[in-house]
Amino acid sequence: MDLLVILILLGVGYFIGNRRERQHYADIKRREKQTLHVPIMSWGAKQDLPYAHESQMFVGSVVVANDYFKTFSAGLRNLVGGRVTVYETLIDRGRREAMLRLKESAIEWGASQVLNVRFETSNIAGQSQGGMGAVEVMAYGTGIR
Amino acid sequence: MTRSIARSTGITLTNLEGVPGKEIIEHYGLVQGSTIRAKHVGKDILAGFKNIVGGELKAYTELLQESRQEAVNRMVQQAEQLGANAVVNIRFATSSVAPGAAELFAYGTAVKVQ
Repeated sequence: MDLLVILILLGVGYFIGNRRERQHYADIKRREKQTLHVPIMSWGAKQDLPYAHESQMFVGSVVVANDYFKTFSAGLRNLVGGRVTVYETLIDRGRREAMLRLKESAIEWGASQVLNVRFETSNIAGQSQGGMGAVEVMAYGTGIR
Repeated sequence: MTRSIARSTGITLTNLEGVPGKEIIEHYGLVQGSTIRAKHVGKDILAGFKNIVGGELKAYTELLQESRQEAVNRMVQQAEQLGANAVVNIRFATSSVAPGAAELFAYGTAVKVQ
């Protein structure tokens, strides 16, 4: 019975999780193309600042969680070590989503560039097993216009 | 859901070392704001379900955004008290201090610009 529940959860996690990931990636790619015209810089400190009339800080953040199948396969991977691809895509999705949210709010304000973009990742220990239950990724930077 | 971290205050916030196009005329030193938030039990249960299918946990995203806004507001309050009109070089830090609670911390340098 327990095994059945685990198998169902794995199946649900695998199929729905994969579909949602594909949808999310398609959405990210579409929005990245849309926001391509505003350059993002990771410099801005220890340099001469570009001339601007106004500047404003923007933050984009997102909390993403793994699906059941990925958590399970990462658990297996933990036994042998090596590259954990399932977490790589999770973090990648989170970073790009946070970046997009930052960019979109900067564009809404009318920014021509976003400077000094920094990322911060933190583990939100939400699940009882501990470890990578959910990850918060935030991006912040200064928009100028 | 607003994403702008600056809530109609007269204070300019940047994470650069100055304000572009303006000159710093006075430094007031470090200002900071922090808040510790715990999550809602109901939201946690929902997040548990979400952990089966994966993806964004919207309730948590909003919770953290609100808390970060609170931390920034406290920092801005401090800067206002000092008589600053900008906070530069802002940094954020997040740490989970206990299971289910997170501290959000914002700090920067209060300055006066032209």
